[in-house]
Amino acid sequence: NLPNQVHRKSVKKGFEFTLMVVGESGLGKSTLINSLFLTDLYPERVIPGAAEKIERTVQIEASTVEIEERGVKLRLTVVDTPGYGDAINSQDCFSTIISYIDDQFERYLHDESGLNRRHIVDNRVHCCFYFISPLGHGLKPLDVQFMKAIHNKVNVVPVIAKADTLTLRERERLKHLLSEMIDEHGIKIYHLPDAESDEDEDFKEQTRILKASIPFAVVGSNQQIEAKGKKVRGRLYPWGVVEVENPEHNDFLKLRTMLITHMQDLQEVTQDLHYENFRSERLKRGGRLSSHGYILPLSPAYVLVCRLAFSAPPPHTLQNMKVLIKIYHGCQAQ
Amino acid sequence: VLDLAAVPDTVVSPAVYGEKTGGPVLDFSYVGIDAILEQMRRKAMKQGFELNIMVVGQSGLGKSTLMNTLFKSKVSRKSVLATAQEKIPKTVEIKSISHDIEEKGVRMKLTVIDTPGFGDQINNENCWQPIMKFINDQYEAYLQEEININRKKRIPDSRVHCCIYFIPPTGHCLRPLDVEFMRRLSKVVNIVPVIAKADTLTLEERDFFKQKIREELRANGIDVYPQKEFDEDAEDRMINEKIREMIPFAVVGSDQEYQVNGRRLLGRKTKWGTIEVENIAHCEFAYLRDLLIRTHMQNIKDITSSIHYEMYRVRRLNENNTTVAHANGVPEHHLTAHEM
Repeated sequence: NLPNQVHRKSVKKGFEFTLMVVGESGLGKSTLINSLFLTDLYPERVIPGAAEKIERTVQIEASTVEIEERGVKLRLTVVDTPGYGDAINSQDCFSTIISYIDDQFERYLHDESGLNRRHIVDNRVHCCFYFISPLGHGLKPLDVQFMKAIHNKVNVVPVIAKADTLTLRERERLKHLLSEMIDEHGIKIYHLPDAESDEDEDFKEQTRILKASIPFAVVGSNQQIEAKGKKVRGRLYPWGVVEVENPEHNDFLKLRTMLITHMQDLQEVTQDLHYENFRSERLKRGGRLSSHGYILPLSPAYVLVCRLAFSAPPPHTLQNMKVLIKIYHGCQAQ
Repeated sequence: VLDLAAVPDTVVSPAVYGEKTGGPVLDFSYVGIDAILEQMRRKAMKQGFELNIMVVGQSGLGKSTLMNTLFKSKVSRKSVLATAQEKIPKTVEIKSISHDIEEKGVRMKLTVIDTPGFGDQINNENCWQPIMKFINDQYEAYLQEEININRKKRIPDSRVHCCIYFIPPTGHCLRPLDVEFMRRLSKVVNIVPVIAKADTLTLEERDFFKQKIREELRANGIDVYPQKEFDEDAEDRMINEKIREMIPFAVVGSDQEYQVNGRRLLGRKTKWGTIEVENIAHCEFAYLRDLLIRTHMQNIKDITSSIHYEMYRVRRLNENNTTVAHANGVPEHHLTAHEM
């Protein structure tokens, strides 16, 4: 009965997930994030003009929101990176971002090595959505450079933004071109694990479809439009309505499904691969990490069970979102 | 359909000559000065018209496609190849393609200068230089012809009359690169900014974006065509104000035809509808085309020759008398020295 016990405890404590969002201005990042989680993470947002953009360097802005559905609590942190790619010379625009990622690893390493490990907060970046412009001819030099700089630190999920700019043929061509360029440059993007043999056929099929659609071409919207007699989330043009949740129009649902069903896996890969890479590099470099000098890792299952209960303002609610939690990975690792 | 033959009719009222008598005017007081219009028209028809348009903008904004759309007769560089290929390849160098178009007895030599997209690199500083150099080179070539002792009867005019600047449809505001580029360009050539691939914006987003762009252009002192200071009279001003309120035009380009309601139209077909390029309810391509060809073509050329070119000429000729002077923002070593 162990799996159930762990399940119940984790459900009570809640989950935390940090998603980083990177891409140049005007690619619909904020709209997409709001659409994904059916919430408004940026209520008082002011978009700066060109003159201000010239002055600014890349900023890091983290917003946290608590989402609850069917008793499951998710503490979601979205890390935004305004200013990325805006300047005429973008030479240094990602050092700030890389420092942030490393800082979270550093902090975790420090906490992990401390004496009191009851209250470790995991602020490590579990996933990075990298927004690619649908205009243009594939990846730009900046895109390649950035993804290569972070692919060993975080799970990279490339996303084709504002996909309603493209006809179906253009979209397929772009996806193909991007996949080629990603391989060509040796960029390691996040790979969805194949479905286990004991999974049901539907899930296996779903995984196959998801894998075949990468990179996802998405459209976001927070507006309700009347189309074909029902209200849908979409964008209203004089020539038609683009429905965000229509799989024939774009891959929004696929992106959301991927994120939700693989949230656990994304965290695991961050822990087992990226964090461990950081840790071994860091320790090789030397330097004391804790007052007593011991560096002890935590097992994934232990981390899963030791979560803080968060007291927070009234949680937001997700509608129609299936939260599949795969806990047995963690239990099996025990 | 191009309407090059449209020349406004002005009729000199015979009543002007009848002031002294105060009564109805008789035919013998009519001199017939207005006949000169017909002579000019015939000459212009014989000579034909020349127009040089340059397209400038970031990579992938549909510049080459829009050029094809603009002149329907597929004047861009690619139309020379088999039209079976759908994919538009990336432009890698400045290419000038000329086409002779004829309509209703009026001939036009249209030159489209397609430029490679800029702004792709990580460091985009000075990415405007090749284009500035090209524009100045054309002025220089014209100047050299002009100062020749034995001049040609008609100096071939390769000067860029109009530069269409493509703004990416972010929906927010201009990027620092666009501001910098347009600022420099507006000093040497007529710029007509357009919002590229505008089918990515809803009508509300489009209006908001246009407003922000206009604000930014004003704030940065960027004078786009039609420039306020060159409005000749009240009538001009009225017409141009209307245009200034619509700029930048939100355009969509396509050189593919689709069947819509029984007609073959240029457009883009998507799962949620077909965007008709020449439908003003969908995008403002038709306004751009009318501005460039039907209504303001002559004016664009006049401003190029009497304002931009003259400025270049003055600066250039003064250079010989003074020491280092950077003509039109291009470093001196790019300019060829000449003797007068």
